[in-house]
Amino acid sequence: MFRNVAELVMLAEQQQVKIAEIMIRQEIEVTGLTREEIISKMDNNLTVMENALERGLKGVKSQTGLTGGDAVLLQKYIQSGKALSGNLLLDAVSKAVATNEVNAAMGVICATPTAGSAGVVPGTLFAVKEKLNPTRLEMIEFLFTAAAFGFVVANNATVSGAAGGCQAEVGSAAGMAAASIVEMAGGTPQQAAEAMAITLKNMLGLVCDPVAGLVEVPCVKRNAMGASNAMTAADMALAGITSRIPCDEVIGAMYAIGQSMPSSLRETAEGGLAATPTGRRLEAEIFGQPKDKLKDYLVLQ
Amino acid sequence: MKYRSAFDIIGPVMIGPSSSHTAGAARIGRVARTLFERQPKKVVISFYGSFAKTYKGHGTDLAIVAGLLDFDTFDERIPNSLTIAEELGMEVIFQTEEAVPDHPNTVKINIYDDKNEMEVVGISIGGGTIEITEINSFKLKLSGDPAILVMHQDRFGIISCVTAVLSKYEINIGHMEVARKEKGEMAIMVIEVDQKIEDDVIEELRGLSYVSRVIRMVE
Repeated sequence: MFRNVAELVMLAEQQQVKIAEIMIRQEIEVTGLTREEIISKMDNNLTVMENALERGLKGVKSQTGLTGGDAVLLQKYIQSGKALSGNLLLDAVSKAVATNEVNAAMGVICATPTAGSAGVVPGTLFAVKEKLNPTRLEMIEFLFTAAAFGFVVANNATVSGAAGGCQAEVGSAAGMAAASIVEMAGGTPQQAAEAMAITLKNMLGLVCDPVAGLVEVPCVKRNAMGASNAMTAADMALAGITSRIPCDEVIGAMYAIGQSMPSSLRETAEGGLAATPTGRRLEAEIFGQPKDKLKDYLVLQ
Repeated sequence: MKYRSAFDIIGPVMIGPSSSHTAGAARIGRVARTLFERQPKKVVISFYGSFAKTYKGHGTDLAIVAGLLDFDTFDERIPNSLTIAEELGMEVIFQTEEAVPDHPNTVKINIYDDKNEMEVVGISIGGGTIEITEINSFKLKLSGDPAILVMHQDRFGIISCVTAVLSKYEINIGHMEVARKEKGEMAIMVIEVDQKIEDDVIEELRGLSYVSRVIRMVE
């Protein structure tokens, strides 16, 4: 069993296989299931992701009305031909947003690695698919590569916003996506690790401060930025850029930062954007009655 | 290692919005339901930490009740679980606790019916993965290896009967704990092993005298 990214990369290099293959072999060993059963299980998850994404691209609204419809706006904007940052990048962003809008609307999604960060991996996968034309099996492998990197983060750090802030959720998801994009585009296992490191470095310190405790604001837009961060870092790694700080050490830094974050910034809706006057007002409107937290806001007014 | 499978990371398939506060909560509720073995008449759900602060926004309340109704994480009835519980005659009480828990996502579930009561404490550690940390005040320490829980009458020879079955199937025990409340009353064994425990082994353990329940805690 690989314990860190360095071991994961070493195994892939030694056996001259993709990182996805190392994850699949480990899964066979751990679960006792056959390769076919494991592939088919991931195939089902891929189908769930595809359905969620398509539903989001048609337009959804959450029960609170705080989120929904932004994926549609982005798709229309791409089609207008006026997009500045490139159609593939914005396609990834819109598909990440689409998935998270479905999540916020209590639709069916596949957590990757969490529900709050479920947009990044499928969003980038279904965007790069348009350019790289992968087979179904290669798309499934994309998810196993993501799983391998997420596995290291979950076991050596955390993927929980309550334990480590948003950097642990969207940060991990973006790192996983970047590594998978690199592998799908033909990069080496080491380049995949570099992409994960570059991505996560740029999400360090990101707090979890959901308005009213809902996985809506700012979660949906953080998935958008996670996707664009992943795409950029993947291109950087494929261009041959490396991270001066090795991937495992970046993961260690993420964990240490998460542990030193105050609980008000770890999914308690007590700090950050949740504690802004507008955040408090939305909370009061949604839950109908002012909570005791609202007192601070009223004093401020 | 707390996470063992690729599907702990890419998964679960679930109803939004939060893997820890919705899917994880549903899983804790469902384990509690499995431990209780039937539909409870009344449940008291106490939230701690982040669960206490944000359970409404994440639908944690709906998800735990859904789990107690034996719904899976992707069951589309989760948003309506409170209404369904009422229709099925299951009384639900929520409370939030001020005490600071070891893990920010902690919930205690007290389950009752006419015959029995039970207390289960669970934590949701991220991405939908959960741990049961206490059953009826017995503290459980699970490392993530495959584990079973055996509930039995406190009596001589039961431990050796259980381990004899595992030995027969060549299952190696990595860690084992036994505990009881009162001499001669209900006791618990938590056994961690090195490989997956097949259904026929579980069935054979269930058939042993004085063993009341055998439950898979970790696959």
